[in-house]
Amino acid sequence: MHWIDYLRPRTLDECLDAFAEHGEAARALAGGTDLLVQMREGRRSNAVVIDVKAVEECNQLSYDDSEGLTLGAAVPCYRIYGDEAVRRHYPGLIDSVSMIGGTQIQGRASVGGNLCNASPSADAVPALIALRATCLIASSEGWRNVPVEDFCTGPGQTVLRPSEVLLALLLPPPEPGSGACYLRFIPRNEMDIAVAGAGVSVRLSGGRFADARVALAAVAPTPLLVREAGEVLKGRPVDRNALGLAGEAARAAARPISDMRGTAEYRSNLCAVLTRRALETAVQRAGGDLG
Amino acid sequence: MAMRSIHVQTTINGQPAEFLCEPRQSLLEVLRDVLRLTGTKEGCNDGNCGACTVEMDGRIVPACLVLGAEAEGARILTVEGIAEGGALHPVQAAFLEGAALQCGVCTPGFIVAAKVLLDANPDPTESEIRLWLANNLCRCTGYDKIVRSVQAAAKIRQETAA
Ligand SMILES: Cc1cc2nc3c(=O)[nH]c(=O)nc-3n(C[C@H](O)[C@H](O)[C@H](O)COP(=O)(O)OP(=O)(O)OC[C@H]3O[C@@H](n4cnc5c(N)ncnc54)[C@H](O)[C@@H]3O)c2cc1C
Ligand code: FES
Ligand code: FES
Repeated sequence: MHWIDYLRPRTLDECLDAFAEHGEAARALAGGTDLLVQMREGRRSNAVVIDVKAVEECNQLSYDDSEGLTLGAAVPCYRIYGDEAVRRHYPGLIDSVSMIGGTQIQGRASVGGNLCNASPSADAVPALIALRATCLIASSEGWRNVPVEDFCTGPGQTVLRPSEVLLALLLPPPEPGSGACYLRFIPRNEMDIAVAGAGVSVRLSGGRFADARVALAAVAPTPLLVREAGEVLKGRPVDRNALGLAGEAARAAARPISDMRGTAEYRSNLCAVLTRRALETAVQRAGGDLG
Repeated sequence: MAMRSIHVQTTINGQPAEFLCEPRQSLLEVLRDVLRLTGTKEGCNDGNCGACTVEMDGRIVPACLVLGAEAEGARILTVEGIAEGGALHPVQAAFLEGAALQCGVCTPGFIVAAKVLLDANPDPTESEIRLWLANNLCRCTGYDKIVRSVQAAAKIRQETAA
């Protein structure tokens, strides 16, 4: 690996000053499971690595019935799926963080890193989009909040400016009658990159879909929010026919490429199937009945 | 840029340890090349194989994806620290008895990972063991002997605890 400088700011102010000072030369380090691999392969050449794990704001994990979940950007997967409140209120997020890598990777990998790495196949991102998460971003100039679906702009590219750092993901509290799920397809049982993935959330009321969100992984240059799939569900009775229509909307929205993991046609098919199946689980979790 | 080494104070296998490392050096490089603790192996150097698994603050991590500098203030356990006062740890004894190794490159990683599993979950099911060890690859032995040896180690632990 090329020579780097390693900084470990202890406070948010120190951290933001470091990003302001080093700008383009700096890169945040959370679990390092993407960054260190990419630096070793020569795909990133930043001279300064700023470890954000000692910054309290990046490490918070707290749930409140009115505020929802504050998920610090550097919190590793094992802390997320080990947290009672997250297990109870956000099983769709648990689906995704418990399938990132294996035990060792989950000991390090963060959801903030998963998002900032901006891989189209990142597993946590469709779940975050389905759950309407927003990104709390800070720099020494101030703060802003960006919906997760607007955060990635291309493979490896995000809206973050060089002096900005992602502090936390904010997830609204789950509404009554809601449920979510993330599913991916990989040819192995564990330890593989999604050929396609679907993160969904639903809100049911009086036997109908009051609201729904569908987001896809690995079928576009960025994780993809499929608004059409949500629209097609809204107001419809909760039945398998509705799930099928949402699946078709996902298939139509997917813009996959063909590569060694699968052809574009195969991926499009997977979108329909995964969306339908993820919706089945989300409906069950919402207390709904598909008959 | 000034090329400065970093001074790190940490705890390795229960003993205070300090070392100088380059900021770019991984914990794996520090363990093997600086501290000469060569029990921890390098397989892939990119997080996939688990040969470099160490326990860090109670969690198993791939030492190849941790910077040496990040060990500051941490508690690290490597395969060299697993035996308890000269007696093999039940996982080590069971791996020997069950012939759960051939070339041995994967073994330190499996042993550390299995030890931490049994600390947290003394009586895991077979599928819990397989899932926990999904980040550890073995190219020689096949996984059945390894999984059976972890099951045997769980039994030994329970019997000695009883
Ligand atoms: C063996 C292996 C298996 C894997 N399996 C999967 C898998 O199944 N699914 C999957 O989705 N991914 C997988 N990954 C990829 C990786 O583990 C995940 O993307 C992980 O969530 C990255 O998190 P991290 O904390 O390690 O990020 P890091 O590597 O620390 O950072 C990733 C990127 O985000 C930036 N960054 C991190 N935190 C911040 C912040 N707070 N503000 C601004 N920028 C930031 C970094 O600069 C870097 O560019 C795997 C990786 C390996 C090595
Ligand atoms: S050498 Fe670290 S996981 Fe393979
Ligand atoms: S014994 Fe050779 S890799 Fe496992």
